[in-house]
Amino acid sequence: MLRLEPRQRTPGWFNLALPFAAIIATLVLCSGLIKMAGASVFQAYGVMLDASFGDTYAVTETLVRATPMIFTGLAVAVAFRAKFWNIGAEGQLLAGAMAGCWVGTFPMAGPLAMLLMAIVGAVAGAAVALIPALLRVKLKVDDVVSSLLLNSIVFYILMALIETVWKDPLSGYPISPPIEDAANLPVLLAGTRLHLGVLVALIAAPVVWFVIARTTLGFKIRVTGENPEAARYGGIGVERIIVLAAILSGALAGLAGVAEVGGVHFQVMSDISPGYGYSGIVIAMLARLNPLGVVPAAIFLAAVMTGAEAMSRATGVPPFLSDVIQGMALLAMLVALLFTAYRIRRRGGAS
Amino acid sequence: MNAVLEQVFQVGFLAAIIRIATPLAFATLGEMFSERAGVLNLGIEGIMLLSAMTGFTTASLTGSLWLGILAAIITGALMGALHAVLTVALGLSQHVCGIGVTLFGSGLAYFFYRLVFGQQSVPPSIEGFKPVPIPILSDIPVIGPPIFNQFTLVYLAILAIPISAFLLYRTPWGLSLRMVGENPRAADSAGVSVIGMRFQAVMLGGALMGVAGAFLTMAQFNAFTFGVISGRGWVAIALVVFGRWDPWRSAGAALLFAFVDALQLRLQAAGLGHIPYEIFLMLPFVLTIVAMALMSRNAVAPSALLKPFRREER
Repeated sequence: MLRLEPRQRTPGWFNLALPFAAIIATLVLCSGLIKMAGASVFQAYGVMLDASFGDTYAVTETLVRATPMIFTGLAVAVAFRAKFWNIGAEGQLLAGAMAGCWVGTFPMAGPLAMLLMAIVGAVAGAAVALIPALLRVKLKVDDVVSSLLLNSIVFYILMALIETVWKDPLSGYPISPPIEDAANLPVLLAGTRLHLGVLVALIAAPVVWFVIARTTLGFKIRVTGENPEAARYGGIGVERIIVLAAILSGALAGLAGVAEVGGVHFQVMSDISPGYGYSGIVIAMLARLNPLGVVPAAIFLAAVMTGAEAMSRATGVPPFLSDVIQGMALLAMLVALLFTAYRIRRRGGAS
Repeated sequence: MNAVLEQVFQVGFLAAIIRIATPLAFATLGEMFSERAGVLNLGIEGIMLLSAMTGFTTASLTGSLWLGILAAIITGALMGALHAVLTVALGLSQHVCGIGVTLFGSGLAYFFYRLVFGQQSVPPSIEGFKPVPIPILSDIPVIGPPIFNQFTLVYLAILAIPISAFLLYRTPWGLSLRMVGENPRAADSAGVSVIGMRFQAVMLGGALMGVAGAFLTMAQFNAFTFGVISGRGWVAIALVVFGRWDPWRSAGAALLFAFVDALQLRLQAAGLGHIPYEIFLMLPFVLTIVAMALMSRNAVAPSALLKPFRREER
């Protein structure tokens, strides 16, 4: 019989080895699905890799796709660090997209418009995240369920907006009016969709890392998450820290929505997010809640998503392999994380 | 106002409510069993979608609707087992695993549906379940036709409510299940296998979620689309809380939501939709969050919900 035995210390190299092990396990397990679809595993993964990193354009497309997920990944990482269980990044993203889009429709100078879109979008995301945080600290309401249910509420608000006041009067399509051209995030590399938001996301990760790892607020967030009793004993206002972490988390998720509106879609529609908020959970877990790890984890998922379409065209394997990979990567990572806290020993063996 | 009342009491309105409530009732009871044993199953959305797909596909390929239901039940129970392995046996965090199960289950559903049926402009459909009138009872005026001229699965849903209540409150099994959800340590001392009970509860819950999904593709729409569940799993999560983890109240909550949903559809169809219909769809979520805030003072949630159990750790 095997049993799990608590570990005293976690070796440092685990931090890098575990996500890689989880991803490799996922790709190996999913190769079974590729085989089932009658394609060559190496060809399928090869096409995927080529379509996501093969040339400059592919790399820029992957980065554009990764951008909202870097933001939601950071959002989840910050929240989970404080053990504020924010399952609501999806709704916070949608709130940020709606608010950002609304600001973007007013005519004003480009830089001002972009700045205001970011600020208002972040505030909207934070406001949505604040609801479960306040309910938890004031009334002890479970944050998992309340933040999850808010996703549906925000989604229906979005649907109500685009089907009534925002509805395109000419076509009758349920899409919001486009933002002003001046508010479109500038493209950084001609001939691609690489927009300013990508750069902001790539800068946001080290900034969030700095906040979490090197500032007093970050320290308080970490202590609150790891040991709330000790935090309270040490004079940290645990409730206040949870609320602050929620605001930071919601704001980051809101920026994901702003980046999608300002840099990719220029308007709001019902499918503006194919679940980027939930992907944020996958990414944050793969990154072991480290903001710097969020970037490669988001790029990995983005590459799988962009690569899956090309793989499907070339090999006939359904493109939804990317959805399976995403879900399985999360489950594999969760199992892998077990090895940080435990090691497997034979029952009855010397310990 | 008269026009609204006319819509409400139009023939078929009651039947519509019951049809909308049926999958919600199965899903809500499934989630309730799981949560009563101390395991939140956020995999519900993915489990329903995958079961909806396997049920539809099996029925489509074999021509047998009941084989399809069986396939959906097995799918649901297996996905429940997956969630239980992760959260009960390995003690991993329930909410994150649940999201993982939902993403994984949805991915598998999309993948295999496309693999079996390919890309088609019109989604393939099946000859779904037909209403089975119950003799005599279906002749009762007003309530007869909507309640007693329904799909067999509707009757099963109606039966599932008292059966669930009986299992939960009147059997030793139900007592054990509630014990592992309230106080696993005490249950363990009393000789109840916490791990075993939780596995059973989550798998039974998964099976019920499976039926819920299959009802949508095999009785309600008779086709599978990627958006066939469209948040019904999350509605069930809300209804369990709103129904205070009780079979009767949860099923009642499902019926109430179905009424609002059916009303909303009627008003829209009658061109009376001055209010955006999304307001109605939002209602169960808003009410549940309000209810959670109001209920917070008296703890009604299973005490051990979200808490993994490891015997060695005291």
